[in-house]
Amino acid sequence: MATRHAPRHLNRRQFLTTAGLATAAAAGTKDLFFPAVVRAQEPIRIGQLIPFTGFLGAIGEYGKQGATLAVEELNEKGGALGRKLELISEDEANPGVAVQKARKLIEKDKVVALEGLVSSASCLAVGDEVQRAKVLMINAGANSDEIRSKRCHRYVFSTEGCNTMYVGAIGNWLIKERKVSRWYFLTSDYAFGHDLLRVARNLLTANKGTEVGSDLAPTGTTDFSQYITKMKAAKPDLIFHNLAGADVTNFLKQYAESGMTIEVAGGVIDSAFAWPVGESLRGHFPIIWWHELNTPASRAWAARYVKRWGRPPDNQAYGDYVAVHAIAQAIEKAKSTDSGKLVQALEGHTLTGAMDGLKDRPLTFRAWDHQLLQPMYVVGVKDRSKWKDKWDIFEIIGEVPARGASLEDLAIPKAESQCQLEPLS
Amino acid sequence: MTPAVFAEFLLNGLVLGALYVLMALGVSIIFGMVGVINFAHGALFTLGAYAAYQLQGALGFSGALVAAPVLVGVLGMLIEATLLRRLYLQDPLQGLLLTFGLAMVLEQGIRLIWGLSPKQFDVPAGLAGAVQLGALTYSKYRSFILVSVVLLIAGLALFLQKTPVGMIVRAGSRDPMMVRLLGISLTPVLTLVFGLGTAFAAIAGVLSAPLAGVQPAMGVNVGTAAFVVVTIGGLGSLPGAIISGLLVGQVVSLSIYFQPRVAEASMYVLMAVILLLRPRGLMGERWEKFD
Repeated sequence: MATRHAPRHLNRRQFLTTAGLATAAAAGTKDLFFPAVVRAQEPIRIGQLIPFTGFLGAIGEYGKQGATLAVEELNEKGGALGRKLELISEDEANPGVAVQKARKLIEKDKVVALEGLVSSASCLAVGDEVQRAKVLMINAGANSDEIRSKRCHRYVFSTEGCNTMYVGAIGNWLIKERKVSRWYFLTSDYAFGHDLLRVARNLLTANKGTEVGSDLAPTGTTDFSQYITKMKAAKPDLIFHNLAGADVTNFLKQYAESGMTIEVAGGVIDSAFAWPVGESLRGHFPIIWWHELNTPASRAWAARYVKRWGRPPDNQAYGDYVAVHAIAQAIEKAKSTDSGKLVQALEGHTLTGAMDGLKDRPLTFRAWDHQLLQPMYVVGVKDRSKWKDKWDIFEIIGEVPARGASLEDLAIPKAESQCQLEPLS
Repeated sequence: MTPAVFAEFLLNGLVLGALYVLMALGVSIIFGMVGVINFAHGALFTLGAYAAYQLQGALGFSGALVAAPVLVGVLGMLIEATLLRRLYLQDPLQGLLLTFGLAMVLEQGIRLIWGLSPKQFDVPAGLAGAVQLGALTYSKYRSFILVSVVLLIAGLALFLQKTPVGMIVRAGSRDPMMVRLLGISLTPVLTLVFGLGTAFAAIAGVLSAPLAGVQPAMGVNVGTAAFVVVTIGGLGSLPGAIISGLLVGQVVSLSIYFQPRVAEASMYVLMAVILLLRPRGLMGERWEKFD
């Protein structure tokens, strides 16, 4: 046996050695020669930090596709300042890793700006880091109010809406239209969930509602049955969840399967996590963008996205798409890639041209807290018989603030914000 | 807490525990017989769910529930026959490292094949909704999980107690040298047991899929829980794995009722307490080969 196996061993080893050497050689070649080729063209590099692993992993794929599509569109039209754009995507994974990756993108890849982020915990950590490094960052996916309030930074902008905007949109609608006042909260136990819970509680108290129960669930929870049993026993008239990522899918699925009939709503929804729930999906949610949004620019972009990637874009694809365009517009406006000049260009900047945020109304970055003022959409699950495909799950019930009203109505009021931007230096 | 709510709590804990038991049985028979701590168990759980996702279109849920574990079991047997077998005479750490690496390869492979987005996996039509048992409303599908796990445990017990191969497995776990001296080759038995253990992980994966969603990281928490359960139950003891799985299910469940924030830590606290009081675990016996 041993002798018969021996040559095979050797061959395998030789094969592995050869393959290993080939890989190493290829990698080495890339490192040695690729930058030289690139240097000749001098592309403008944009770094993207987005989750590819963990309970938020699924939306990272959408975010990368959205940003890639934006870069491709811009490059077709000549890039920015006559230079090509290049996107480098890294996994944000967790706050510690995200900061390391941000340093790598800034120091090794020499990106002119960062964009992306989904986890609020990672976004807060990377925000502190880019402020130190004085590099522009656009937050395209993290919702905690803190990012625009207590821990806002001069170099950090947000195209993503904040919790106050999301909760304001859905909460007021629930109280006024659905007349629900006895709420039960289920919250993800990390920065985002806690912040969302705080905002939702404030809204409920301001409307003289009652909190009949509240639970914190660790991120990555797969079995929600005990939480659901507790809810059932507490007899609320609304379950309001402050969950994120794959937890949303699991919770909504198990909620339907448990035979519960109490109304359910969420402080936020990512369509990428609502789609896998399938036919049992129910509830009402606030969403920043939905691929069936009936504006000409949205329709056209959703169609381009489907053509490029073979599936409709979710809200995270939208967020990163807008963020990349905002960076490109800042570069054109500042006629520079200097981060300080880009920051100045974006303060008070209204997204222009074909890229107006796809919402058919002007969207502007507030100068004093760097939040892009955006309308939110209250969506409900469509009647199953009206789905034209498995992606067609929501119908838009309302745009908040309504057309004609100021977008300021939904955002954090200046008097309540704790944002103190650092001087630009 | 009304009696109906309390009953529902116990049932939820039982279902959670039942899935832990399936995972722990797989880890336990592999460890008892093959002597390897299978770190890839969580990844095989995930693979089972994805295989069922792929197959259920053609075979339906019941077909996938049988075919997916068989496929994963065959993969397990191939892994044993081609990779693991080479390491039996080496330092046990080698086998552990192999399964550790395998777990990463499998998880990344799943990401490459099926992508990062969670897959839609509906509760099978006949099992959707809830049943009314007196004052208690309980999910049909969760009840189905309980019944399936009871049948599987009974099947495994019959196999080990009543069949000739089962007897070789039990004897081989205890004293492989003596079995070999009696002229019985353990080589095919080792392959079979590794396949059986991985098939159990896959069954747990398929059963979880309609509830927990199918996504690449779905096996991570369950995989860790399986090791905790086996440690509490006693290494190599199958009754220990069953009792400990159900116990851990109830402890995690009840801690969610009283203090959800410590729910995840509760099983580790339980493990620490048990190990302090009874280092061999609840049902751990003195086995010459572990000493």
